[in-house]
Amino acid sequence: MADAVATARSLNNRQMGLLMVLPAVLLMGVFYVYPLLQVLWISGTEPTVGLGNYQALAGSGVVRRIAMTTARVCLTTTAIAVLLGYVVAYAMATGTPRRRNLILMLVVAPMWVSALVRAFAWVVLLRQEGPVNALLIGSHVLAQPLQMLWTEAGVVIGMVHYMVPYAILPLYASMRDVDARLPMAARGLGASRLQAFVRVYLPLTVPGIVAASALVLVYSLGFFVIPAILGGGKTLMTAEYIRLQITELLQWGPGTALAVVLVVVVLALLALMTRVVGARRVFGGAG
Amino acid sequence: MSAFLELKGLTKRYGAVTAVDGVNLAIEKGRFLTLLGPSGSGKTTVLMAIAGFVEPSAGSINVNGRDVTHLAPEKRNFGMVFQGYALFPHLSVRDNVAFPLKIRGRSSSDIQAQVTKALDMVRLQHLADRNPKQLSGGQQQRVAIARALVFEPDLLLLDEPLSALDKKLRGEMQQELKDLHARLGTTFVCVTHDQDEALSMADEVAILRDGRIQQIGSPTALYENPATRFVADFLGRSNFLDGLVVRTHAGGFAYVCAGRTFMHEGAGDVHTEGHEVHISLRPEKISITPDEPQADCNTLQGTVVGTSYTGSHHNLTVKSDLGFNLAVTVAAWQSQPIDMGRRVWINWPANATVAVSNG
Repeated sequence: MADAVATARSLNNRQMGLLMVLPAVLLMGVFYVYPLLQVLWISGTEPTVGLGNYQALAGSGVVRRIAMTTARVCLTTTAIAVLLGYVVAYAMATGTPRRRNLILMLVVAPMWVSALVRAFAWVVLLRQEGPVNALLIGSHVLAQPLQMLWTEAGVVIGMVHYMVPYAILPLYASMRDVDARLPMAARGLGASRLQAFVRVYLPLTVPGIVAASALVLVYSLGFFVIPAILGGGKTLMTAEYIRLQITELLQWGPGTALAVVLVVVVLALLALMTRVVGARRVFGGAG
Repeated sequence: MSAFLELKGLTKRYGAVTAVDGVNLAIEKGRFLTLLGPSGSGKTTVLMAIAGFVEPSAGSINVNGRDVTHLAPEKRNFGMVFQGYALFPHLSVRDNVAFPLKIRGRSSSDIQAQVTKALDMVRLQHLADRNPKQLSGGQQQRVAIARALVFEPDLLLLDEPLSALDKKLRGEMQQELKDLHARLGTTFVCVTHDQDEALSMADEVAILRDGRIQQIGSPTALYENPATRFVADFLGRSNFLDGLVVRTHAGGFAYVCAGRTFMHEGAGDVHTEGHEVHISLRPEKISITPDEPQADCNTLQGTVVGTSYTGSHHNLTVKSDLGFNLAVTVAAWQSQPIDMGRRVWINWPANATVAVSNG
């Protein structure tokens, strides 16, 4: 009897909860899911009905080259951003509250500057006559200026700069859950600092590493502004190629087909990560 | 025999705060030492300095003739049981216990044999493949002990080892730790704020207050002969009578408190007439009778103003006719229930009291 009452009440709570997320669901449906379905529709109907656009994508050498460039740039970006992010997150997790707040501020502040502005800032820094080259030549590291703009390296530099905060936050969350006594206990049992880190701390932060990698990789795959500007049309990545197809060449069919493939890849990656470490870790929230 | 563990002038300052203030201590091999004190007394800092996690500001730590004051914790070869156990959550019970052996690069057959032995020692062989989170508090505690002892450390350090357990389990674990200590002969150093724990487990207890050792000795010596008011009060309960010495004789003196003369006998107490004296009187050493007792000294009449029943004992508060209150403990099975407001006689022998310093 008491169980029945409790069930009825929790059902009511459940219904109430559904009601409260309804506006958000409607908003997402109208402005996000509907256009996506439209994209899917166009990719299968323009110019003719069928999978012709997908066949063309699969057979295109240009698309394959762009996909390879995208994969290479995104994986490199993810690896570097997570590595740098790990160091910063570790400094935050093990530091005094004062140091933690200072770092957090420095991490978050650049996120207020638009990606466009930051991309142009990197153009200024990386160009042939820019301060980075001037420094390298001035200190006799190089004799000739290094071509960094419009190369993959340039794109990776700009993307890493943008992505590091997204790596830091999940890493920090996962490190905060590690009991500070555990590395201490390891040392008390005979482990050096390095052994305590490798055998105890690092394994305990693996969920954070996976979550940070997933987040950065997914953001990178669809990233547009920085690759477009720092790649300068020479290092061409998927998002820029889609824009080119649709707005310059008015090729809606191939453009939307590639967009659909990108969405599917991203969803597949998220599904995989969720299976590996659990949804709570990937999408934030207490683990 | 020279000391196995020796602290000399151990001091730790954090900015303007002195957490540990010139601690001197020496114990022999195979002893069970407990550092006892209220929170903030510096006992944990002393333990962490011995373990190597706290760098002393001054003083030295010697173990087995080796100066370890500035040695990294991993090079000291001490086992440590942390408060909350600090078991590695990503490793099974077996791998937790194997950890110190793997770090030391032992062969896998050696590791297997040692781990089995250690788990048998704490009777957890059947749970070896579990994750630490699946174990009860008492079981986790045993894993932590097995992990700290598996590599045969020179010294076992325990930080509040039983504080997370419920009362009954705590009693069992006290006995278990004591048995382990007797069996292994390893030197144990334990930190606790629980006086029962200290009295029941240790060979030697050091009582700390404000970063200093107040008194060190066997549990009996500390309980029966506290040197200071603080020790008498912290270890068990005590009444205090503050008075003036009026007469001395061989092996004792008479003192006046609240206008009445009382007698004290105690070997080695040297007091001169006219000096202030502080007398500690344990509640269980007072006898309580309905009629005037046949005693030649230390007899008082009073009224019961408070009672509480603990099952084994009645804890009474008696307001004496001289004005001060005395706590009195009587074994429950041999006494009638004593009601509030009842007029009673109380009495204690002259050798039941201890003169303490007023610290």
